[in-house]
Amino acid sequence: MTTGVLTRSLRSAARGIYLSIALASVTVAAPVQAKTLTAVMHSDLRVIDPLITTAYITRDHGYMVYDTLLAIDSDFKVQPQMASWTVSDDKLTYTFTLRDGLKWHDGAAVTAEDCVASLKRWAKRDGMGQKLMDFTASLEATGPKTMTLKLKEPYGLVLESIGKPSSLVPFMMPKRIAETPADKAIPEQIGSGPFKFVQTEFRPGVKAVYEKFTDYVPRSEPASWLAGGKVAKVDRVEWLTMPDSQTAVNALQSGEIDFFEAPPIDLLPALESNDEIVVRVLNSLGLQTLGRMNFLYPPFDNIKVRRAALLAMNQKDVLDALIGNPKYQQICGAIFGCGTPLATEVGSESLVKGNGMAEAKKLLAESGYDGKPIVVMAPTDVAALKAQPVVAAQLLRQAGFNVDLQSTDWQTVVTRRASQKPPAEGGWNMFFTNWVGADIANPVVHVTLSGRGKSGGWFGWPDDPEMEKLRDAFARSTDLAEQKKIAAEIQARVFEQVTYLPLGQYNGPSAWRKELEGVLDGPAVPVFWNIEKAD
Amino acid sequence: MLGYIIRRILAAVPVMGCVAVFVFLLLRLTPGDPAAIIAGDSATPEQLERIRATLGLNEPIYVQFATWVGRLLHGDLGVSLISQIPVAQMIGQRLEPSLTLAISTILLSVVVAVPLGVLAAWKQGTWIDRVVMAFCVLGFSVPVFVVGYVLIQVFAIDLKWVPVQGFRSITRGFGPFFERAVLPTVALSFIYIALIARMTRASMLEVLGEDYVRTARAKGLGETKVLLRHALRNAAVPVVTVIGTGFTLLISGVVVTESVFNIPGIGRLTVDAVLARDFPVIQGMILLTSGLYVAVNLLIDLSYTLFDPRIRY
Repeated sequence: MTTGVLTRSLRSAARGIYLSIALASVTVAAPVQAKTLTAVMHSDLRVIDPLITTAYITRDHGYMVYDTLLAIDSDFKVQPQMASWTVSDDKLTYTFTLRDGLKWHDGAAVTAEDCVASLKRWAKRDGMGQKLMDFTASLEATGPKTMTLKLKEPYGLVLESIGKPSSLVPFMMPKRIAETPADKAIPEQIGSGPFKFVQTEFRPGVKAVYEKFTDYVPRSEPASWLAGGKVAKVDRVEWLTMPDSQTAVNALQSGEIDFFEAPPIDLLPALESNDEIVVRVLNSLGLQTLGRMNFLYPPFDNIKVRRAALLAMNQKDVLDALIGNPKYQQICGAIFGCGTPLATEVGSESLVKGNGMAEAKKLLAESGYDGKPIVVMAPTDVAALKAQPVVAAQLLRQAGFNVDLQSTDWQTVVTRRASQKPPAEGGWNMFFTNWVGADIANPVVHVTLSGRGKSGGWFGWPDDPEMEKLRDAFARSTDLAEQKKIAAEIQARVFEQVTYLPLGQYNGPSAWRKELEGVLDGPAVPVFWNIEKAD
Repeated sequence: MLGYIIRRILAAVPVMGCVAVFVFLLLRLTPGDPAAIIAGDSATPEQLERIRATLGLNEPIYVQFATWVGRLLHGDLGVSLISQIPVAQMIGQRLEPSLTLAISTILLSVVVAVPLGVLAAWKQGTWIDRVVMAFCVLGFSVPVFVVGYVLIQVFAIDLKWVPVQGFRSITRGFGPFFERAVLPTVALSFIYIALIARMTRASMLEVLGEDYVRTARAKGLGETKVLLRHALRNAAVPVVTVIGTGFTLLISGVVVTESVFNIPGIGRLTVDAVLARDFPVIQGMILLTSGLYVAVNLLIDLSYTLFDPRIRY
């Protein structure tokens, strides 16, 4: 018997057994099938209040359920979404008017009071929102569909703040929900976005389900990034959690799922060679990977030591270890991300060229560094954060640092990095993380640049009043040319003070079956409006 | 017998209490902060602090413990710190896939392994024995995820007989349930078939050398009756122990298999909870697991009376 005959015989025998079982089983009358898009996202959804966490999966959930007053398009321009706006001549009064036909998922009409309450809750949670409120004299509903924001002095980022694309996003919700204290999770998921959250089918770690909101009235403009018409073209979207990437790749190839947001780079060849699968980068801004030092304790409280560490780094080594595929990695000296309006290469030469090791050794020798081990936290359970500490530790050793590379899990890193204790008492000297491009695109949103020190700054706590002055100057500026000039000054200061170590940019592609059409690019993707699924 | 069962159940109470105290303290002493996972990467220390206060994580450990025990005594396992969903509901959602997988695996393993073990013992030293034992070594040695991926490649991707992944409740029809359960069951059964077959063989070999087996043969009983009625029944006690322990292990979590076949079982729930430091879920899971061990051990002990009439409680 040939292999083919054997295979056919086995197949028909198995089909026979299966058919008998299927016929013998209790069958349930199947309703008319809704068009369902099944996706595996980059992680599982657990927290569903989009203002409680900055986790990107919760932001993605937010874009399904909630809408925004304004949104950013592919030209980085803020566009009307739920509301249009006018600005007074003195640039102190912004009036927002809601468009017609907007409804919450419970059927009630969207009002300006709802949106004011939503903006106020968001501003309590988000750094950019807090900054906006620092400049705000009043924010109130002046009609059922009109709200007015009055500033104390001109502020250049009003629209950019309200149209902010990534976490935390100013999503709109009904007033009764938006009045939930900012540190407490909201009790209901009622938005006005193109999809409704199906709470009864939500199983954290297993799946999240969304249904088309049939009363949603999309804008008439074509979709562009997060702006334009959000037309839901499928009835139902299911996000499945698959902890094993190989399983997700297999499921995509076999047609059991339609979309896989973040296939690992090493599994891409199997997908790229499959004619039924599309592989494409959706977020051209990508992610910036970075290292952060603790400014509170030696040796990184010494600017010469920090400079030596910066000179020792080179982005190519880090990216080769992290991604290892030139198609999806980019050496980038711009702290605001390459491809963004504020991108500049000022001060990044050694990082980009990787030619600073000799000078790093010299500077470290001059710095007075006493050879005490520096604690580098190395999470081993997150693929996107495994390589950076290992490569950086080796480069630091080459420069003359004594490195204590401590392997741990990411959860311990996020806990320990909040500790302001000395490294020997449970503190730390250096850790690594990644930022989505939209979260570093300007000096106000880029929390790593904060110079507020021990109280109010981001982990590492640099105390840099000059940096804060520059960030304020940027926020006050309403002129793009001036903003670019200030942004370049900020970047120069970052490299002079070594506020952090930008270690390169990478873009993870997504993969989906060819049956899907209209998958949108954007700075906060994937979004599931505009996607059609062929039968 | 009833008195024995009641005594065993009462004895389980202090055991569970010790487990509860130990687990609670261990979790609180382990580094990790659920507030950090909730808040996300760009949260400031102030935001973290506020979330900790909201979750009650800033309270002294003894206050947190008293609150937890108070709830537990009312049958309330608490609420997940991360998703804000009741722990009992989360465990309930994950119990069916784990139970189903455990039952189907144990059934398949017993059906295949016991005859194999009996056969190997009966044909000790022959090529049959060597083949069975070689299979057992293979079953022990090949990791379950390798078996899983091979099965997926052959039966789901190449032959397209069954889906690659997922779980369907049996309440939604036997067909969809069966086609998704068959590969994980087979993958997981390999190691249990190996374990139970070896245990059965060893047990049978011991019994086959006993005087009463020689007597049974001498009085002219057929070999099948000798093997099944006299030998296997007497060899069953250690085999049942292994089956019972295996069943508990299967229910309490087979993370790798659950991940490879994307089965939303208890193993994944536990691992996710540990990684997120979701204390109430971890505590609930460990209490459930320890309760299961106590219950299964009791059942195993009681089942001995069925196989060996000399055992009395």
